[in-house]
Amino acid sequence: MLALPRRGSRVAGGVGGDQVAPLLPMLIAQARAQALAFWRVPSMSASALLMPLMLFAFFVLPHARDPYQGSVSLGAYMLAAIGAYAVGSVMIFNFGVTLALDRGQKVDLLMRAAPLPASVFVLARAISALVYGLIALVLLFAMAWLAGGIALGATTWLALGTRLLVGSLPFIALGFVIAYLAGPTAAPAIANMVFLGMAFASGMLVPLDQMPDVLRMVAPFLPTYHYAQFAWDAIGATQQGAVTSGLWLLGFSLALFALAMYAYRREAMRRFA
Amino acid sequence: MDQVELSRVVPTVELAAVHKSYGNTEALSGIDMRIDPGEVVAILGPNGAGKTTAVSLMLGLRGTTSGDVRLFGLPPNDRRARARRGAMLQESGVPAMLTVRELVDLFRSYYPAPLATDVALDLAGLGDRGRVRVSNLSGGQRQRLYFALAVCGDPDALFLDEPTVAMDVASRRAFVSTISGFAARGKTIVLTTHNMEEADELAQRVIVIDRGRVVADDTPARIKARVPGKRVTFSSEHPLAPDDMAVPDMRGLRIDGSQVRFFSNHPEEVLAALFARGVRLFDLEVVGADLAEAFLSLTSEGRVLQ
Repeated sequence: MLALPRRGSRVAGGVGGDQVAPLLPMLIAQARAQALAFWRVPSMSASALLMPLMLFAFFVLPHARDPYQGSVSLGAYMLAAIGAYAVGSVMIFNFGVTLALDRGQKVDLLMRAAPLPASVFVLARAISALVYGLIALVLLFAMAWLAGGIALGATTWLALGTRLLVGSLPFIALGFVIAYLAGPTAAPAIANMVFLGMAFASGMLVPLDQMPDVLRMVAPFLPTYHYAQFAWDAIGATQQGAVTSGLWLLGFSLALFALAMYAYRREAMRRFA
Repeated sequence: MDQVELSRVVPTVELAAVHKSYGNTEALSGIDMRIDPGEVVAILGPNGAGKTTAVSLMLGLRGTTSGDVRLFGLPPNDRRARARRGAMLQESGVPAMLTVRELVDLFRSYYPAPLATDVALDLAGLGDRGRVRVSNLSGGQRQRLYFALAVCGDPDALFLDEPTVAMDVASRRAFVSTISGFAARGKTIVLTTHNMEEADELAQRVIVIDRGRVVADDTPARIKARVPGKRVTFSSEHPLAPDDMAVPDMRGLRIDGSQVRFFSNHPEEVLAALFARGVRLFDLEVVGADLAEAFLSLTSEGRVLQ
């Protein structure tokens, strides 16, 4: 067939006349709708964007210029940590908790009945989560720079931002797991406990040397530990090389995505087999 | 359409020897069905008959236990098949925080050649509701939104699972004419319902399903002609046994304590036979049966007591 048939000329059943919608505009529309819906639930969007600012303002600003290690100020060190906290929680909430809620309201059934590929549905959520992660970082960086006087230099700002966004992959996967293993009512609470618990237990928000010995042993096996290390390395507060952290994060991503796919398929078998 | 042309048409929906079980429960027990382009078909049956299961299989939302399902000659999950169908399901949800227009626009992006947003909204009778958040819609408006989402892609086939369930009479009527509006565009429509008037008003063909089997497949008029025309109800002085009621030309007998109901084309003769046996009855009522009752007497209840 030389030309695509025009609208309305599709012959019923003629496979040659079949068309599908282009995926890129579909992905953009889906991501936009996802971001818009998240924005309109202030309990999620406001806390995702404002909580990190509050943490930074209350706990870091007063001591922002104190030295931490070498040329790295305490402000810069904590900026990287709170940035990791901000982006990680956005991933878990914007990606995971909203997915759990959609599942609870059977929005996923609506999408399944429509010609929307499941991969687009999932990828669009990841894009929306990354956009919110980026917004959270821009706000946080602006506060650190303007109110905290933290000057990192263009390359370092960029490196830190990139590390925080790229390194958040395991938390998308974790959100995916929570979405399909937890019920819609339990998901927000579970997401909070899991992420906040991991953030504290890994030394992301409170230095590990102030923690019990047990936690110091457990911390290096938590994704939040390597996520924070990945970010600290970008500003020169290196305790562990970026390659090591990066590999750990990749490993967590693969393991968690595998678990998510298992949970996803299990549910598909139950509801759609 | 002559015979040669007819055989070359790929059916919109084709079910061949389809069985579907959920665990030990058999929902469909060997269904064959062919729905051709442009047909408007109502699938009728009581609750639990397998209507929703049949539609889920046509949409690829469920897989068969055995047998084959084709949509436009393709597996129902094939993207090309999915891009040519719209669906309105009984129990799906919608993203509540978007506006009607935003959601319709989103769904239009799933289809290769969608309708203009305003056309879709007008078709669904939501022309003035575009800016309303989904969470603020009334129940009936929400059903209309589902309809808008199902038609906005200008699909060749539309699947409606109990589209007017839980609607009041007025909104049901309005909605039925909405569906007719889309049918007039030459589309294939498959709807499930247990509302007979709806089937009668909309469909050229009625497929009656009971307990996972097709028990009738005909025009609404012929379905009506096949079944008894009158419904008789009365109360009896003493509780009656089915044996007391063993008279010819009676179908769909139901005895519930002192309440008796049956269908017949010759209620006078049945009643005469009962009087002759000395059955004493009161509160007698004889009314014309509608299609709903007609089909019920064809299906489960009609067979239980013959």
